[in-house]
Amino acid sequence: MARFIIRRLLQMVGVVFVLSLLLFFWLRSLPGGTVSAILGERATPETRAALTKALGLDEPIWVQYWKFLTRALRGEFGVSTGVLPGTDAMTIFLDRLPATIELSFLALLIAVVLAIPLGYVSARRANSPLDSGLVVVSLVGVAVPVFFLAFLLKYQLSVEHNWFPVSGRQDNIGCTRVTNFFVLDGLLTREFDCSASALKHLVLPSVALATIPFAVIYRITRASVLDVLGEDYVRTAESKGLNARVIRGRHVLRNALLPVVTTIGLQTGGLLAGAVLTEQVFNFGGIGNALAVAFQRRDYPVLEVLILAAAAIYVIINLLVDIAYAVIDPRVRTR
Amino acid sequence: MSPTNPMNRRKDRIDDLAATSGGTATLVREAGTVDEKPGVSLIASAWKRLRRNPVFLIGAGITLLFVVLALVSRVIAPHDPAVGYLIDQVRPQSNPVPGPQPGFPLGADDAGRDLLSRLIVGSQQTLIVGVFATLFGLAGGMVLGILAGAFGGWVDALVMRIVDVLLSIPSLLLAFSIAALAARPSQLTVIIAVAAVQVPIFARLLRGSMLAQRHSDHVLAARALGVTERAVVFRHMLPNALGPVIVQSTLVLATSIIDAAALSFLGLGNPNDRQPEWGQMLGKAQTYIYDYPHLAVYPALCIIVVALGFTLMGESLREALDPKSRR
Repeated sequence: MARFIIRRLLQMVGVVFVLSLLLFFWLRSLPGGTVSAILGERATPETRAALTKALGLDEPIWVQYWKFLTRALRGEFGVSTGVLPGTDAMTIFLDRLPATIELSFLALLIAVVLAIPLGYVSARRANSPLDSGLVVVSLVGVAVPVFFLAFLLKYQLSVEHNWFPVSGRQDNIGCTRVTNFFVLDGLLTREFDCSASALKHLVLPSVALATIPFAVIYRITRASVLDVLGEDYVRTAESKGLNARVIRGRHVLRNALLPVVTTIGLQTGGLLAGAVLTEQVFNFGGIGNALAVAFQRRDYPVLEVLILAAAAIYVIINLLVDIAYAVIDPRVRTR
Repeated sequence: MSPTNPMNRRKDRIDDLAATSGGTATLVREAGTVDEKPGVSLIASAWKRLRRNPVFLIGAGITLLFVVLALVSRVIAPHDPAVGYLIDQVRPQSNPVPGPQPGFPLGADDAGRDLLSRLIVGSQQTLIVGVFATLFGLAGGMVLGILAGAFGGWVDALVMRIVDVLLSIPSLLLAFSIAALAARPSQLTVIIAVAAVQVPIFARLLRGSMLAQRHSDHVLAARALGVTERAVVFRHMLPNALGPVIVQSTLVLATSIIDAAALSFLGLGNPNDRQPEWGQMLGKAQTYIYDYPHLAVYPALCIIVVALGFTLMGESLREALDPKSRR
């Protein structure tokens, strides 16, 4: 087991290293380059040359990459130019991380809590009207652009009916900040109205964000349970006369959930891309929001830290999923 | 790596899809011996099942309708989509979007152009985005996949490490990053950004099913007969490995149209809207979305229906080609 984890960790270091290389070249090939991004198009050749020297852009490329790498490892990505001009890019990332974690967590919770039972019921009653209906819902869920669904929810439930707040993370009711996880803060400081307000703001964005993970997890659960139901050991268990609850829990669900666990892990990583769109619609003030604005205003320092962080988070989640999988399924370890 | 392992990490899931094609050859042969009808090809047997599958028929019907609409759109559109006929009625403050009126059943957009005509003609560019994004992704993936699958060994290892790194970035985020590289965004840069995301997926898929072919008996037989290496790869391995790739292509047609809309929404899409495209219309409608939601709803519905059509077709194709579901 330890060897498995070490091997995966080494692989992960390799992937992150290549990613940093890609990011470095991506930044260098951006339209106009760093100098134009800072000075604008109309700078004089003298100031351009001065800044090029100051930024070290006249040095050999491997020296530049080494500097980029050491800078990135120390968390120094420079100062934001578009999202929050003048603020350190790393600070923006750390300030906004809790918002996105809160949102993604709730979205994933909604998706999992709905998708697994529904997927199981669907498979048990395959080809019933309920099953067909749910399959259609899951297919439509993938076909709807996430940001359009977010707009639709916001328009119907916030603008037309005023049931949910239109945007932001919390009403301005003077809440104490402890961890920047607003729901958790309210519970810690016993300002329960703060938690309630934060939760109300979370409902619509997380429902919009949950659609794709829901559709994917639902279909994997359904397919996986269908597979397991056809296995010989389930038939054997049934013919042995085991009671239905034991068969359901021990033989069907436990085996069927293996691929579901990995899918959930994968969807966690993919949530960030969806969060870019959802947070933008609800002006949620998380990482996704910052990424959307950074793309629009070409805020390179912020893009640098956010993209590297997003990829790193994705890779780490994949690693955790692999380890979880090796714990659940011993066959994986020997590969 | 065993193909029976129900792993569903992204790359292993792709490999699983690929493995289904490895099994089809033997399965068809078995079916042939049982039925005493040799020569029933995979395609013929799949078609026989698809013909009676309502899901496939609905999907294929939507797709056919969409393609025909795109082909004749210029002829049946009542107005020129690029001309602001109702520009006189546009008042940026009080009335930015002219409403429905005789001759303009859906009204106009904020430049006074007929909305119905733009929706009809928009099918053309939408089809172009979908088809070319899929073709570019397929072409890139084919080159990498064939390299890795045909040679194996260190070429395979090198190509697959690159592919794995690309797969380690959330795909939509990768598309955003590539689109941001364009100094002058255009329809082409949108297509390239959306296609690039698909390259690693296609590569991994094709490599997997090529590897499955490499170890199959008919390839061994061809080698033993002295068939040249190039002919083995292109005439014996590649055609048999294409099944999962074709299925994936139908699904990518849907995702690329949706992804292109997301790019427009973030302002990374094609800024020139003389040639309308549904994703672009939807992305740009956000300015007026609370006062004039119909500007967003019509293109969104078009995208949803078409994406659903492609998805239904792709999913039923996968089922028909999957030996497991034929038991």
